[in-house]
Amino acid sequence: MDFNDSPEEAEYRAKVRRWLEKNAPVSRIKVAHGHENPEFIADEKAWQAKKADAGYAGITWPKEWGGAGGTPNENIIFHEEEARLGVGTIIFGLGLGMCVPTIMTAGSDADKERFVKPAMRGEDIWCQLFSEPGAGSDVAASRTRALQAEDGSGDWIINGQKVWTSGAHMADYGLLLARTDPDVPKHKGLTMFWADMKSPGIDIRPLHQADGGSGFNEVYFTDARLKDSQRVGEIGRGWNVALVTLMNERLSVGGGTGPGWAALMALAKVLPGVEGKGTVLSDGGFREKLADWYVAAEGLKLTRLRSQTALSRGETPGPEASIGKIIAARQMQDLAVEALDRLDQFGIMLTPTQLPYVEGFQRNFFWGSAMRIAGGTDEILKNIIAERVLGLPLDIRVDRDPAFKDIAGGR
Amino acid sequence: MNFDYTDDQKFLKQEARKFLQAHCPITTTRKVLDDNSKAFDRELWQAVIDMGWTGAAIPEKWSGSGLGHIELCAIAEELGRVIAPIPFASTVYVFAEGIMALGSDAQCEAILPGVARGDVIGCLATSEREGLTAFTAIDARVAGGRLNGTKLPVTDGDIATHAIVAALDEAGPGLFVVQLTGDGIIRETVPTLDPTRSAARVEFRGAPCERLGPVGDGAASLATILDRAAVLLAFEQVGGADRCLEVARDYAMERYAFGRVIGSYQAIKHKLADIYVKNEIARSSAYYGAWALDAGAIELPAGAAAARVAGIQAYDFAARESLHTHGGMGFTWEADCHLHLRRSRQLALALGGLPVWRERLVLNLEARNAV
Repeated sequence: MDFNDSPEEAEYRAKVRRWLEKNAPVSRIKVAHGHENPEFIADEKAWQAKKADAGYAGITWPKEWGGAGGTPNENIIFHEEEARLGVGTIIFGLGLGMCVPTIMTAGSDADKERFVKPAMRGEDIWCQLFSEPGAGSDVAASRTRALQAEDGSGDWIINGQKVWTSGAHMADYGLLLARTDPDVPKHKGLTMFWADMKSPGIDIRPLHQADGGSGFNEVYFTDARLKDSQRVGEIGRGWNVALVTLMNERLSVGGGTGPGWAALMALAKVLPGVEGKGTVLSDGGFREKLADWYVAAEGLKLTRLRSQTALSRGETPGPEASIGKIIAARQMQDLAVEALDRLDQFGIMLTPTQLPYVEGFQRNFFWGSAMRIAGGTDEILKNIIAERVLGLPLDIRVDRDPAFKDIAGGR
Repeated sequence: MNFDYTDDQKFLKQEARKFLQAHCPITTTRKVLDDNSKAFDRELWQAVIDMGWTGAAIPEKWSGSGLGHIELCAIAEELGRVIAPIPFASTVYVFAEGIMALGSDAQCEAILPGVARGDVIGCLATSEREGLTAFTAIDARVAGGRLNGTKLPVTDGDIATHAIVAALDEAGPGLFVVQLTGDGIIRETVPTLDPTRSAARVEFRGAPCERLGPVGDGAASLATILDRAAVLLAFEQVGGADRCLEVARDYAMERYAFGRVIGSYQAIKHKLADIYVKNEIARSSAYYGAWALDAGAIELPAGAAAARVAGIQAYDFAARESLHTHGGMGFTWEADCHLHLRRSRQLALALGGLPVWRERLVLNLEARNAV
């Protein structure tokens, strides 16, 4: 057990530090999710291109397609150092973390040639067109229809609706899961495509969220036409391709954001205790909860270090990565509610306050709910642990064998 | 970075598992449970001594094998899995660690070789009454090198040869080493929730004793011992909790209800996933504690408290929910579920329970924050 870099890792870290100190932007523009303006996007793109030119994008990707051919640990080290300076890029996450790795696994050589390098340089922004109003946890129930054109062109005509699409409003391309054959069982009638988001028949509308914000989009397809060369993988193999994306998603959706236990502790220090006794921090009930939150949050951080150790030994991180979001998302919610409880009547007010972190906790009061759903709900993640880690039986599925068109749909 | 056992440590752990499969099947623990006259399993204890485990973390100059603390953690995890009915925790994690951390060279020289050889069974005597243990709740007194007072309960106090005792003297709170085989000791076994580990009422009537650690600094000395022991005990808890999960999983795969195995119902799947999550957090926290213990890091007090809180929570939850997963069968004497329920409780209380360690943790966070 040791936390020190190996000599090679230390050397790489030193190299990264030197490069970042020389090249990293002094300050980055910050905007809210869903409100990325052209100035922000240009700033992100410039920094991403600089990283790519120096070999700090696609660090683990094969050299053949322009990657740096590095180790997972080098990738982790670079991102640690980048985060230390607070200069990480945001809008390329879906492309670099999920969509382009899927193209690299299942796409044609022409697609790889076309997409890998530009994605690394931040020239293209990607979004993921999977979730639908009737297909959330059960994303294989996608109804967006891809029908081959009758004109003999081999083109595909797309009709349907996607939802919860992060970044669609600024994306150049999207990875699209669509139903090509409703007459076979549901997992067998799906096909994956990539779509040019600027093409006709694609309508992108901001989604009005429960918290009042609009960070996501709805994407409507009305007779949108895709070439057959935009197909990713074989016809009817879309579910297998989607699994590649989803596996990458579980690794990249980390979980908790915003104020954590330390922030709550700081707030507790300045709030009066019940009946005017001491501070909230001196309250026994609060202290017990604080200890548990600390143990869970630190335990999670340490569990990630164990995964990194496995990764550095060439082992594939397994479905155990699922535990991260189960803990972190719930804790976001619990910490927020505790903070608001301790603010007492003031907790309901949106008026700015001098107290630390209040805004963050109010934001997480809503965002905790979102994080417990996004990228796999608590329940789906527990199923994954039960089935893939503990080896318990798959759920009995009434929709596995019949043709998709014959299974109950509902809403 | 390597946040895991090394290959050598993994090998040692595998060998320990094989050894315990052969020498400590559940019938060994049950023999101690069912026989009131049996405080521990002598054969297993001797076998463990012969393996050199009691001296695993004791330096070679004091006749130990000098393997190290991470190796001892690996052994602890395996002992926890099998609910070993021996005084290993009291002797090795608590007593020997206390002597090593606080003892003079002469004390180490006099005592530690005996631990390594297996002649010494050690224990820690702090509690005197119901409620939280602290020096403010201690009446035991030392005057003129003689100890008077009564400790209750003392884990393994009926079979131990030596004790570290928390008592007051003219300088205030202190720790003292007492030989329990000498004069002025009256002791009797007391019944507890976990008969697979022994406990006693120990009365000291002018027993000769020797100071352990600095004068008047008993609270800090005791904290030093508790931190070290908490890490090692956390590994027993992790081992026990993992075993509970395995047993529950196996049962859920073979028990049918309503025409399917119960492990196919989400209510059971999610319950077992919840156990898994707690166990993983406990394992990671224990690893961190092990690193801090082995490296002598200043992070030890916080790391030990977190390891203990996570360890208690994981084993407690796993033992209760594993029993629950077994349904009515789980609440029979014949099913082994209650052995884990008992041991999880014994481990949860032995060094002070969850409320104590949560508070220790938060005090530590506050101190860190103030710097």
